[in-house]
Amino acid sequence: MIRRLLPVLLTLCALLIPAAGARAAALDDALALFAGDSYSATESAINGVVASGDERALDIILALQDRKLYFTPDGKAFIKVGSGYEDAATGAAVPEEPADLKQVRVNNRIRNAVKAALGALQLMSPDPAKRLAAAEAVFKSRDASSLEALEKAIAAETDPAVKRVQEQARAAVILTMGGASEEDQLAAVEVIRDRGDVDALSLLSGLPADTPQSVLDAAQKAIGVINGELALWSVVQNAWYGLSLGSVLLLAAIGLAITFGVMGVINMAHGEMVMLGAYTTFVVQEIIRTQAPWLFDWSLAIALPLAFLVAGLVGIVIERGIIRFLYGRPLETLLATWGLSLILQQAVRTIFGPNNRQVGNPSWMSGATEIGNLTITYNRFWIIIFAIGVFVLLLLVLRFTSFGLQMRAVTQNRAMASAMGIRTPWVDAFTFGLGSGIAGIAGVALSQIDNVSPNLGQSYIIDSFMVVVFGGVGNLWGTLVGAFSLGIANKFLEPYAGAVLGKILILVFIILFIQRRPRGLFALKGRAVEA
Amino acid sequence: MNFGRFILGGTDRTALIVLVFILGFGILVPVLNLMTPESSPVHVPSYLVPLIGKYLTYGLLALSVGLIWGYAGILSLGHGAFFALGGYAMGMYLMRQIGDRGVYGNPILPDFMVFLNWKELPWYWYGFDAFPFALLMVVLVPGALALVFGWFAFRSRVTGVYLSIITQAMTFALLLAFFRNDMGFGGNNGLTDFKDLLGFDLQADGTRAGLFAASAVMLILAYLLCRWIIGSKVGRVLIAIRDAESRTRFLGYRVEYYKLFVFTVSAMLAGIAGALYVPQVGIINPSEFSPANSIEIVIWVAVGGRGYLHGAILGAVLVNYAKTYLTGAAPDIWLFFLGGLFIAVTVLMPKGIVGTLDQAKSRLPGLFKPKAAPRAQEVPGE
Repeated sequence: MIRRLLPVLLTLCALLIPAAGARAAALDDALALFAGDSYSATESAINGVVASGDERALDIILALQDRKLYFTPDGKAFIKVGSGYEDAATGAAVPEEPADLKQVRVNNRIRNAVKAALGALQLMSPDPAKRLAAAEAVFKSRDASSLEALEKAIAAETDPAVKRVQEQARAAVILTMGGASEEDQLAAVEVIRDRGDVDALSLLSGLPADTPQSVLDAAQKAIGVINGELALWSVVQNAWYGLSLGSVLLLAAIGLAITFGVMGVINMAHGEMVMLGAYTTFVVQEIIRTQAPWLFDWSLAIALPLAFLVAGLVGIVIERGIIRFLYGRPLETLLATWGLSLILQQAVRTIFGPNNRQVGNPSWMSGATEIGNLTITYNRFWIIIFAIGVFVLLLLVLRFTSFGLQMRAVTQNRAMASAMGIRTPWVDAFTFGLGSGIAGIAGVALSQIDNVSPNLGQSYIIDSFMVVVFGGVGNLWGTLVGAFSLGIANKFLEPYAGAVLGKILILVFIILFIQRRPRGLFALKGRAVEA
Repeated sequence: MNFGRFILGGTDRTALIVLVFILGFGILVPVLNLMTPESSPVHVPSYLVPLIGKYLTYGLLALSVGLIWGYAGILSLGHGAFFALGGYAMGMYLMRQIGDRGVYGNPILPDFMVFLNWKELPWYWYGFDAFPFALLMVVLVPGALALVFGWFAFRSRVTGVYLSIITQAMTFALLLAFFRNDMGFGGNNGLTDFKDLLGFDLQADGTRAGLFAASAVMLILAYLLCRWIIGSKVGRVLIAIRDAESRTRFLGYRVEYYKLFVFTVSAMLAGIAGALYVPQVGIINPSEFSPANSIEIVIWVAVGGRGYLHGAILGAVLVNYAKTYLTGAAPDIWLFFLGGLFIAVTVLMPKGIVGTLDQAKSRLPGLFKPKAAPRAQEVPGE
């Protein structure tokens, strides 16, 4: 394709090469046309100004748009600035009002010409973002009159991303204006096909009636290709959203999996530990905002250990204060922790108020990048990384530290572990603290994508249960698999069933799944099961 | 089992007191409301009648949970779903009774369906214009759901917290489903603006007093039914299951059938409670399905005393009275109070009010006669 376009580009370059002096002369010639004082003369003057490529061109056209362009019979143009005037060609202020000054008259035809001229000028704007937007605008409008300007812009373009869009715009114009050669049209179809999005699809399916059959066939084939690609991208996109949801579920559920796995305790206040973590982030950010704004990008790094400590300490207090009296009575524990969650919610509501609190994204977490048709927001991306990081860290703690060893021993056989000299009450307390602390750091992450309100925890608690129950108790891998498979399944169901129905289907699936495997995907075997 | 024994079988002093108390309430409140002048000191104001009536339906709901939790060890965190389903069945009948008196005046379609541009009644609304059919659905729908759900759950031996969690998932799924407008149950507004029941105006004092009496009667009947169940052989097996499920199974009992039976009966009772609740409160909406509601029911039972049927009723009335009082007097305190109640009851008073009193009595021999009713046992490691 490049090879086919190359001669065109070369000719265009040759046309553009004339030196600055020649450019200024062209501008003067064009400005002289305004003196003709007829609409057709004005229109050719506008075209001339644009074609001159002079840097004054945009100002002149904008002045015309604002009805501030004047001319004198001797072929000079002036722009009204405030109460004085400046020379349109040079931009220099004129000391006294020129004689026989007349305003350039405007009608609808001229207004359209001005609009087209502005589009063309923006195509050449020094700002790449503006050029990109202008090229996109031409792609959408498929305005045949901007073809010439577009080709000039393509020749002069250095930014490959902008150039691609400009070429697509040119292809769109060629395909819709009619009268282009079959070869050009075929090349254009290819360019559009490579664009491969919904706009390209609508362009190709709405080609004008007089398009040659060969081009129509090519377009048909291109539509097939684009549809295939779009289907693929939607799968990729669902998978990405699913991963993102899965990572959130993983963060919310992993602490629960630990406490449930080791102690057989269902901690209904787990969601509130997440909420405490989120509010810790809020408080840290508030202090940074007022005391040390330059630290803002580090706010999350500061909040992480604090959230872990706050939630972890609250967890240990809960364990020592309430849960340890209820061992062997899991149902009562469930009720007591539920009561605790109500108290924590109401306490936060009383202290911070019932409304959502503002937690900001640090600069490295805001924004998005695009890979093909997939938009990846940085906060989601970092949360996936973070969730996996937490998971791996936890796995290492359980595997390689003596605390982890004791925890695993208590999980497998509490009585035997106790007989071997492990202080099971302390393991329980610290396990509960660890699980709660992890919920706290999950809260730091979730504060970046969710509303920080007293109800934050509630919205995660049922989902986290589902993950733990689905994945199986006492096995972190089960939680990982459970979180990601539920997240991805949810997002793949959404396009077909809608968000709510998709969620209902997942819940029904889990209820049925529990019947088949009452202890989850990765069940502990042996005596621990009957505990 | 003849009717006489059903009424009197195993009747002891406690049951008699409970029966007399509820019956007295059921007669006194309507009579004092209708028969006495407003200036009289014993007059019961009209606003109190549906309020106390609501407590009675809550008592019935608590009874249904108390039956399965206290005597079969099944902790359902989804009983609010059965309550709400019964309520919706009654609500659908009441909606059909509105007829062309709705805002849009459509003789067949309820207002929200006209609003959503529905052209005809969905099939599952057929028959709800007939009161007997609606009554049948009030018990059948929750019963059928409990039967299917329980059959799956108990057959595969899902027990303990796992069962609690999936019952919670069930009510959560129903909550989401009933929020959908497409379901045809009024979306998040639910069903409301009811006019009359069997031709009686729902706003009239007489109708309200009648509903109150009906609630009291249903509560009595349900109480007797539960007593009869737990006093029968089935009830003995259920208590055995609660205390040692595996052992009962090894003794040759089909544990799942017993659990399924009592779970289904309990769901039906909850459905009846919902059906009595809706006309007295005047609205049913999906928030009744919320998991938090269902957990609250459990705490009523825990406060009153797990393993005592009258404890469940007492707990429901007390906690809800506190709720009415506190949400009016100090709304911020209510959640602290409720949360504190959950913790205090489970940690300090695991047998609830009735159980604690009972214990106190047995420590003072001679003051009270020893009881004959089956006593709740400490449940070792479920």
